[in-house]
Amino acid sequence: MIFSEFYSAYYHAVTKILTKALESPMTESEMQALVLEYAFSESVLTIPPALKSGQWQLMHPDLTPILHHSPTRPLTLLEQRWLCAIQRDPRIALFDVSFPALSDAEPLFTPADYKIYDQYLDGDPFTDPTYIEHFRFILSAIREKRPVQLTMHNRHGKEIGVRCYPKGFEYSLKDDKIRIVADGCKFEHFNLGRVLTCTDYTGNGPWRQRPKPRRKKELLISITDERNALERVMLHFAHFEKQAERIDDTHYRLRLFYLQNDETELVIRILSFGPYIEVIAPQSFRKLIQNRLRAQKRCELP
Amino acid sequence: MAYRELIKNFENIRAYLREFYVYGFKSRTEYDLKSARSYDNERRRIESWLGDHIRSSQTADGKNIFLSIDSRTLQHNPFYKAWKAKSFTDRDITLHFILFDILHTPAVQKSLNELLSDIDTYLRIFPEPLSFDASTVRKKLKEYIEEGLIRTEKQGRQLLYARAPTLDRAPLTDIIDFFSEAAPCGVIGSFLQDALPSHTDPFTFKHHYMTQAIDSDILARLFDAIHAKRAITATNLGRHSNRPKTIRLIPLKIYISVQSGRQHLIAFHEKANRLTSYRLDYLSNIQAAEVCSRFDALRTQLAAAEPYMWGVNCRSSLKHLEHVEFEIQIAEHEQFIVQRLEREKRGGTVTQIDARHYRYTADVFDTNEMLPWIRSYLSRIISIRFSNRTAENKWKADLDAMYQIYGISEDTI
Repeated sequence: MIFSEFYSAYYHAVTKILTKALESPMTESEMQALVLEYAFSESVLTIPPALKSGQWQLMHPDLTPILHHSPTRPLTLLEQRWLCAIQRDPRIALFDVSFPALSDAEPLFTPADYKIYDQYLDGDPFTDPTYIEHFRFILSAIREKRPVQLTMHNRHGKEIGVRCYPKGFEYSLKDDKIRIVADGCKFEHFNLGRVLTCTDYTGNGPWRQRPKPRRKKELLISITDERNALERVMLHFAHFEKQAERIDDTHYRLRLFYLQNDETELVIRILSFGPYIEVIAPQSFRKLIQNRLRAQKRCELP
Repeated sequence: MAYRELIKNFENIRAYLREFYVYGFKSRTEYDLKSARSYDNERRRIESWLGDHIRSSQTADGKNIFLSIDSRTLQHNPFYKAWKAKSFTDRDITLHFILFDILHTPAVQKSLNELLSDIDTYLRIFPEPLSFDASTVRKKLKEYIEEGLIRTEKQGRQLLYARAPTLDRAPLTDIIDFFSEAAPCGVIGSFLQDALPSHTDPFTFKHHYMTQAIDSDILARLFDAIHAKRAITATNLGRHSNRPKTIRLIPLKIYISVQSGRQHLIAFHEKANRLTSYRLDYLSNIQAAEVCSRFDALRTQLAAAEPYMWGVNCRSSLKHLEHVEFEIQIAEHEQFIVQRLEREKRGGTVTQIDARHYRYTADVFDTNEMLPWIRSYLSRIISIRFSNRTAENKWKADLDAMYQIYGISEDTI
């Protein structure tokens, strides 16, 4: 269904090569550059020779195409069905786009066909007009590299003002929130949902502030593979940069790299695995777990 | 057979990608394979597709290859590349580009004979031109009609072929960039992305379980069956068995986790006469069967069960619910803990007892599914009450084990 040559990197690279070759004469090195950009690292061993030799009969030996038009293909039914499906997603309201008519394609899925069962309940208000207005304003500022002036509530509920250059958005499916990735100010991220007002910044700077560089830290944990713990841990932490090592048949070590800002969240996630994970290093992280357990012991469970 | 970068069947590589990415500690000798060359070929392919993310380490058992990816630093899921590695023949690619060049706009309509003649004209210039007979071209056109790429119209007794209208994707750029990572079957968005003009993508993603991408075809086939209200047969590799089993199910809903990285199918197992959940990464070979007249009734049955499902356990009866209750204490200025409870509570209820104490209660099918979440509140839990005594004992034993691991005792608090 999904695994088809229409979508393949090879077809894509050949489309790019033929398009370019129709515009102007193509050299072999230009062809190779396109293959490297649009296909895989070893594709240069296959695509250019196949086109040059006439194994794929699409180009003359001098690399002029036999085609008369830039190659394009219509949307497949599967692509249309996916677009129909996302058209029904509430987050689509963020985007200022009128959807094209997609013939009579049925959606591939509807919101009734799936459930994200562990997503947080206080996600952003994706259909709220003010939120949508802020999203679109920031998106245009990102595109045009314009500085903006924001007012927002900080985590303590206090209203603050910030000026920054928005660089992008970071979306978390778990939090169901969008954060503005910023430059030119002290903080790197702001929750879009906390923004009260946003306007173009019209002052003269100066722009001396920069967010602190992201600080990566390393955590070493030991996993005891009981009750399928190994699989649960490995999948749970799959989105981190990490390296696993087997110690014996039931014990494994996992080294993972995380950002300092995510430490509290990581402590909570480690705790959730109970005795099947033990923090080995660093000591400072181990202490964070010990502090939580000490506090728990003080709670004196009956 | 000589090594090729492209593959015909996704199933083998699906298992390797998971092993390399999720686990990554197996050496070459541990892979259950027909031959060592299979491992080398699969590894070489993955290196070719995902080279930037391949790491290796040397252990006593040999060299381990693994994938290490910090999902926050990427805008596009690298696993989508694997879906773009389908093999094809020299004739497939030649015919594809020539056909769409002949049918370069939807206004161009050609009969099969006209297409054959045009194809010959294109290929005549080659010293040894490929030759396409009517049957081959008709078969390819039929495939393209099914995929929605080609349309037909009858004129008199003649069938004319034309390309389907081309949609201008450029206005959808932001939508495609966002949903190709944030919606189910996002790889299809990635196919659309490939045809977009070069642009800067403004989105990155946190808590992004990219490995789910390798189950995209299974997910799409299940959605297709759900949408058509059809039963399916599938091959299931159960967690406790190495022997794959063929099962017949009525698929009802997909349950996606954004905290554990898992995706499940909730389905009605006809033979067992009950709702059951199945890991998508254990399913393969999904085949749609007949339309199920009970689909709507079974969906209603699932809807009645959903308020009591903390995770994916849907097998218990509404008559046997388990009561879960725990109380936490917070310090002054720790209202954010209560907010955390509220946003993470799923079907449960949070009640304020006094200024510093809050109670969480829920009735669920399976208390055990809740234990990891409840543990995340350790340091604040002042009481727990589970009607499932086994789960409560397990909770206490696990907590004692944690105290022991970290050297916490009455004397050290």
